[in-house]
Amino acid sequence: MSNTQENIKMSKTLFDKVWDTHVVRKIEGGPDVLFIDRHLIHEVTSPVAFLGLKSRGIKVLYPERTFATADHNTPTINQHLPVADPLSANQLKALESNSNEYGISYWGLGHQKNGIVHVVGPEYGITQPGATIVCGDSHTSTHGAFGAIAFGIGTSEVEMVLATQCIMQPKPKKMRINVNGKLGVGVTPKDVALFIISQLSTSGATGYFVEYAGDVFENMTMEGRMTVCNLSIEMGARGGMIAPDETTINYVKGREFSPKGEAWDRALAYYKTLKTDFDAIFDKELTFDGSTIEPMITYGTNPGMGMGISHDIPDAAHAEGGAATYAKSLGYMGFHEGESMLGKKVDFVFVGSCTNGRIEDFRAFTSLVKGKHKADDVTVWLVPGSHIVEAQIKEEGLLDILTEAGFSLRQPGCSACLAMNDDKIPAGKYAVSTSNRNFEGRQGPGSRTMLASPLVAAAAAVTGVVTDPRTLIEELV
Amino acid sequence: MAYDKFNILTSTAVPLPIENVDTDQLIPARFLKATERVGFGDNLFRDWRYNADNTPKKDFVLNNSTYSGKILVGGKNFGSGSSREHAAWAVYDYGFRCVVSSFFADIFRNNCLNIGVLPVQVSAAFSEKIFAAIHADPKTELEVNLPAQTITLLATGEKETFEISPYKKDNMTNGFDDIDYLESIKPEIEEFALNLPL
Repeated sequence: MSNTQENIKMSKTLFDKVWDTHVVRKIEGGPDVLFIDRHLIHEVTSPVAFLGLKSRGIKVLYPERTFATADHNTPTINQHLPVADPLSANQLKALESNSNEYGISYWGLGHQKNGIVHVVGPEYGITQPGATIVCGDSHTSTHGAFGAIAFGIGTSEVEMVLATQCIMQPKPKKMRINVNGKLGVGVTPKDVALFIISQLSTSGATGYFVEYAGDVFENMTMEGRMTVCNLSIEMGARGGMIAPDETTINYVKGREFSPKGEAWDRALAYYKTLKTDFDAIFDKELTFDGSTIEPMITYGTNPGMGMGISHDIPDAAHAEGGAATYAKSLGYMGFHEGESMLGKKVDFVFVGSCTNGRIEDFRAFTSLVKGKHKADDVTVWLVPGSHIVEAQIKEEGLLDILTEAGFSLRQPGCSACLAMNDDKIPAGKYAVSTSNRNFEGRQGPGSRTMLASPLVAAAAAVTGVVTDPRTLIEELV
Repeated sequence: MAYDKFNILTSTAVPLPIENVDTDQLIPARFLKATERVGFGDNLFRDWRYNADNTPKKDFVLNNSTYSGKILVGGKNFGSGSSREHAAWAVYDYGFRCVVSSFFADIFRNNCLNIGVLPVQVSAAFSEKIFAAIHADPKTELEVNLPAQTITLLATGEKETFEISPYKKDNMTNGFDDIDYLESIKPEIEEFALNLPL
């Protein structure tokens, strides 16, 4: 870079600021070496990384920067009992012994801090604005809600971070997605995210890192912002982020691993620099009107196949992907072009996951089922994302309302989102799920998933069919 | 983990002309419970390949002996979804060394490069040509030349160039991985860590 260029103060996006601050070295014709502030690990994508370290005879460079929780494989009932599946038990044991061997904080099953990695990270202040955060899990994008650069990595990269606290990645392109306007009744952050994905498709943001801007996001709670950023990967983006503001700082302040005293003052000064300069340029910019968004539901086998719940399933000519792929997808779901989703039978309802397993999601679900009763032929799994969420559900009196309405609460974990434990939707059965993926077999072999918000899930839970939640919440209008 | 060097690969190819193939299809979550990197190829495309009773699904391409080879040709947006490197391991363990698509999901592409599977992105038109050529003659061969960054349909000589960063190309041709590089600059990393804002 010439002196002249260096002397011009380049306008930067929020993403540029955080990324550039963490570049250890740029490789000519190659990736950047990016320093990682916080590394989260879980039982599924870490064991082979530790094996790699062992075979190379390398130690963990900064064990204090890595945090381990067990979540993907864990049961959501009877967590005090030994894990029955020997393979799951073995993987959990590997996480524990690896964490102990290398001096990494380990929050295993039964630990008060145990829970879904992307729920407990923010709760304990591990997630910080302006940090770089990675985890061997694509929904690491969740932490972008705090103005962090956070994204999922593969196991080879988990090993790199353990060994050197760095990964090697080319800097992605930048996209800004603006959503302004007043959201309608019954429209939640999940609907905003599913709407955006339906507009972009599952590959529309591949190669980009997204910044979400506009009053719709500014008005969201941290929980809502986490839901939106969580789903960034579902449109192919590496991650998504939202500039930190008072809402962010109020959330972060005072948490266990948040900076304290002078360190907090220094951190605060850094947080305040974390916004996109007014004249910064994005490679792509999109704007949507939030007031037009409806409660959403998916009808196909990827998260881009979503629509307003009152719409009809589009015909192949209007769908993304080739006709053969589209026909395969609708065939798997047992749905047809042009038909309405309303009134379709629902066998299971799942509320939970790193997408919608936070307190706000259980408040939403409870607000709708209050005074009603669970439909007889629906199985409903309510799975809090952490013990903090579980405790809040009880303290706020939500559990009493849920119990009265015929529901019960399970214990924290990833659960039916990816069905690695026993929480599997049986073949051919339909689930309305607040999770993040409706891929074939995602919730169990042959399972059929309709992604939706906690309100749409609640409407299905009390009626037994796909129902527009707005017809049940007239009292909120 | 070090891996085989990649130079020029000449092979027949297995066609999978489906778009948005996600990593849950490449390897379903219930097969992610191993603590070692062994045996993932057996479960590549498990639920497309086998019935619930573990009998092979006859209409799936991996069960059709007409098609074989070290190259997998997939539809657009190949490898979307979960970051599980197990998906790339399954592709490698099954015997593929190269995946061709007109568009790859980011994390899957990166995972492939890190374990020695070459992702080759071609134009939509060339992708169609490859599918058509394999359809017409399942024994048709492709040549993937990493040093020249070209992919060629040997029967007709039609070829296209593909992109890969010089750094990754060097890694793949020599069988190096990123940890080898990062370990070599560790003092610089430790120095850098002293001056971080957080």
